[in-house]
Amino acid sequence: MTAEHEQHPLFLPLVFVGGLIFGFGLGFSHMAQPEIVLNFLQFEDFGLLFVMFGAAVVTGITVFGIKRVRSEAPLTGAVYTRRLKQLDRNVILGGGIFGVGWGLSGICPGAAYASLGIGNVVILYGIAGMFVGAYLQGYWRSAGEESGTSPTAAD
Amino acid sequence: MITTLHVAMVAELFPTGISHYAIGGLLVGLGVAVIYLGTAIPAGASTFLESTLSYVSDRSRFQQYRASRDWRVVFTLGIVAGAAVYALTFQSGFVSSSLHQPATTGELREVGGLTIWLTEVQPWRLFLGGILVGIGTRLGKGCTSGHGVCGVGSASSASFVGVATFLLVAIGVAQLVQAVGVNP
Repeated sequence: MTAEHEQHPLFLPLVFVGGLIFGFGLGFSHMAQPEIVLNFLQFEDFGLLFVMFGAAVVTGITVFGIKRVRSEAPLTGAVYTRRLKQLDRNVILGGGIFGVGWGLSGICPGAAYASLGIGNVVILYGIAGMFVGAYLQGYWRSAGEESGTSPTAAD
Repeated sequence: MITTLHVAMVAELFPTGISHYAIGGLLVGLGVAVIYLGTAIPAGASTFLESTLSYVSDRSRFQQYRASRDWRVVFTLGIVAGAAVYALTFQSGFVSSSLHQPATTGELREVGGLTIWLTEVQPWRLFLGGILVGIGTRLGKGCTSGHGVCGVGSASSASFVGVATFLLVAIGVAQLVQAVGVNP
């Protein structure tokens, strides 16, 4: 299998720069602080809505706008497509489990990585937990695939 | 009168202001947009968990992400580095702006001339919550960035359902945890 980054010398630098802007935004907006996320979930500060939907609007303009200009990405040659996943039981079940974890801790993956960047070493408990959780579901579902269930991609 | 009421309501809903949230959100979107424009990849943050496990586990669930695992490590390192740039500039006070809001939660601590931020949320909440986040985001096909930013930006019905589900459940759980007196 060819690694995706072997396609163009600027691929990895561009991904890094994108991550840099993304992470700076999470720091600046205080999403890297679990307390701020919990304040939103407890209806004490609704700022998170500006972050998530602000980011979604920029992404939406990009995803729908670029298709009018060109059809393929310069660094990969891949066709610009929307991020569409099949809506099934797993989206609701997984979303529910994620919701319990998010509500309990105030952390989600991107914000947890950013939290480490602002010096919050305590977040390593959370990141370790995420790897344990990702491993557990992969362990269960890899076992399930051997009895005939097909895999679905996700991010 | 109406203006006063309006200002009072905004202050109540957004006690720390709006500008840093709006600017941060635009930057998060810009980061996703930069990667998407160059590569056509809508980058979410949670696949990193499984793709990175493919370095150490042969299970099929993880090996399916083998082709993307290297750039996902780079993306995550970029996120950590970007937040560190924020910490070295605004958080440490070397750069300031009226649009920026200093931290009002957790603990700011001076370390060798720089300011780091530490959460006061208890480790057991982070670890247990993290386990559920790890299971849920992977089973549910996305997290706050995959579904919430890339999926909603793509007008995906699965993402609308995913976001509505995790938002409502998280609100219920966070309020319940607060009601039983767990703080922070």
